[in-house]
Amino acid sequence: MLKAKRVRHSALSVKHRKMTPLQKIHSRFVPLPMENVDTDQIIPARFLKATTRDGFGKNLFRDWRYENNDETKPKSDFVLNQSQFSGEVLVAGKNFGCGSSREHAAWALQDYGFKAVVSSFFADIFKNNALNNGVLPVKVSDAFLAELFALGNEATITIDVAAQTITIDASGTQEVFDINTYKKTCLLNGYDDIDYLINNKSQIEAFEAQMAS
Amino acid sequence: MAKTLFDKIWDKHVVQKMDDGPSVLYIDKHFIHEVTSPQAFNGIEKRGLKVFRPQQVVATADHNVPTLNQHLPIKDELSRLQVQQLIENCKKHNVELYGLGHPFQGIVHVIGPELGITQPGMTIVCGDSHTSTHGAFGAVAFGIGTSEVEMVFASQCLLQTKPKVTRINIEGELHNGVVSKDIILYIISKITASGATGYFVEYAGSAIRALSMEARMTICNMSIEMGARGGMIAPDETTFAYIKGRQFAPGGEQWEQKVTQWKQLYSDADAVFDAEININASDIEPMITYGTNPGLGIAINGLIPVTDTIPDEGERKNIIKALQYMGLESGKPLLGMPVQHVFIGSCTNSRIEDLRLVAGLVKGRKKNAHVQVMIVPGSQQVAKQVQAEGLDKIFKEAGFEIRQAGCSACLGMNEDKIPAGEYCISTSNRNFEGRQGAGARTLLASPLTAAAAAITGVVTDVRALI
Repeated sequence: MLKAKRVRHSALSVKHRKMTPLQKIHSRFVPLPMENVDTDQIIPARFLKATTRDGFGKNLFRDWRYENNDETKPKSDFVLNQSQFSGEVLVAGKNFGCGSSREHAAWALQDYGFKAVVSSFFADIFKNNALNNGVLPVKVSDAFLAELFALGNEATITIDVAAQTITIDASGTQEVFDINTYKKTCLLNGYDDIDYLINNKSQIEAFEAQMAS
Repeated sequence: MAKTLFDKIWDKHVVQKMDDGPSVLYIDKHFIHEVTSPQAFNGIEKRGLKVFRPQQVVATADHNVPTLNQHLPIKDELSRLQVQQLIENCKKHNVELYGLGHPFQGIVHVIGPELGITQPGMTIVCGDSHTSTHGAFGAVAFGIGTSEVEMVFASQCLLQTKPKVTRINIEGELHNGVVSKDIILYIISKITASGATGYFVEYAGSAIRALSMEARMTICNMSIEMGARGGMIAPDETTFAYIKGRQFAPGGEQWEQKVTQWKQLYSDADAVFDAEININASDIEPMITYGTNPGLGIAINGLIPVTDTIPDEGERKNIIKALQYMGLESGKPLLGMPVQHVFIGSCTNSRIEDLRLVAGLVKGRKKNAHVQVMIVPGSQQVAKQVQAEGLDKIFKEAGFEIRQAGCSACLGMNEDKIPAGEYCISTSNRNFEGRQGAGARTLLASPLTAAAAAITGVVTDVRALI
């Protein structure tokens, strides 16, 4: 039987850069203290008819943002319509990004200007989609999330990708978040998985040949 | 070493394993559709690449297509362009397309199995979270994003971290009127909409083994609704009998060889799971959801939870918000509540067996005058079978409308939407806010429970009509 070859991530050799490298974020944040925010809310299905990756930000959280789908009628109780809140980080309740696999959700967050989403729990497919677009999902404890939600709109946080830390600047409260070494290397340098796979094509072909034999 | 069914298939497909990183996983079959593939085709073209293994890719148009007059050009311009783009991309990259008008067209998770493309032991992906459906055949099948679709186009592989594996055992016999949709809605209501995140689920036990392939697909289909990337069931004689003789099933000598291999696909007796859950089939009643995620379900004759008594603050707020959206009251029953729409379709429940169940109940009956009933067969082949068996006559006499194949009102990408504020009993998989149309209120249930509501016009315990 075929034995899978083990490699070290340092073997990563990439020629092609696609994503913007993400190293550090120092920013205020937008709080969305809701659980189970599904991808149908992040970007409703009727906006999935585009054939490019661009321009989804204007429809981010469309039905929570506007009255009767009307851009001239923003709902004042929704956080994206409250000018006191801003920043490159969205902070949301647990199970963020559940539901549909639509990568349009990650594109919409990125196009709107978010570089990271902080939650106590992420849905799997969303997590991969976000990482594949250079949007960092930061999983924190319930207590850390509660501290964030209790802060005012002026509060800032710092996310350090290399150190894998997220810090509430005022209190100094810090947590270490999880990300595998390969994905961290990709984020820090703006590499993507396709480059990696293409560079390993001969091994894939050898695998196919052995499967067929 | 003893292995789970999942491990046997996963391990066989690992091309390379990185230290503290994902594995390069080889993909046997890649299904694509019009909505999540265009950006992936653009992506590989920008890199100057062709689809690496076009013969392992199968395409159909299902998500945005109209379910009326499919022979005419699609009226909605963006949908038409998206479908046109799929046609052009498939042509350019030599990918087989079962598009509108093709006798094999249909919902991607209905056609894969019915054509015999889906087979035990395979790794299967699609840019759609309900790809977990194919796990019913003993395959490792999961939904992916568009960047991952691009990866598979480029290399026939994905970089994936191996998930944990849980087994859910359902033992015993189901009550009359309880079907596989009730099993999965029951499981999700118990372990919540995020309870299986990070896991692949194997469904096992006597109640699962007794199910048909269609019923097994319904269960695996909704694995994602509890957060699991995929669900699977060990293949058995029921599986082999379903596949045999289908369009792309192995034939002749190859058939025997394949079945011999497939018979090795089971979890070894002493295999260790990361988690295990046991359920008695006899505890399950016909189920219905009251909230805005599939985990918010109750027995049809049960009461909506009393929100004041929910200890967890986050969950309490969540349910209060859901009930507000749904226009429902804490502590009240759903039974007897009027509904305006019944939708029977989607990759969860649009197969011939689902429609036979519905026909069996409605035969000789008429729908309630205040309800609109739409039946959307999962594929052209299902639609053909409906006619061959004369089910269409039963539906027409009952006053049901039969449409053409597609995802339809499950996600409301085409014209098939539920108006704001109205209630729809739906055999689909998601009751999210706005899923079936902005402001639409979805109650998820089995085809039997949906059919019962179509006849009475209110939420009904189907057992009263059997």
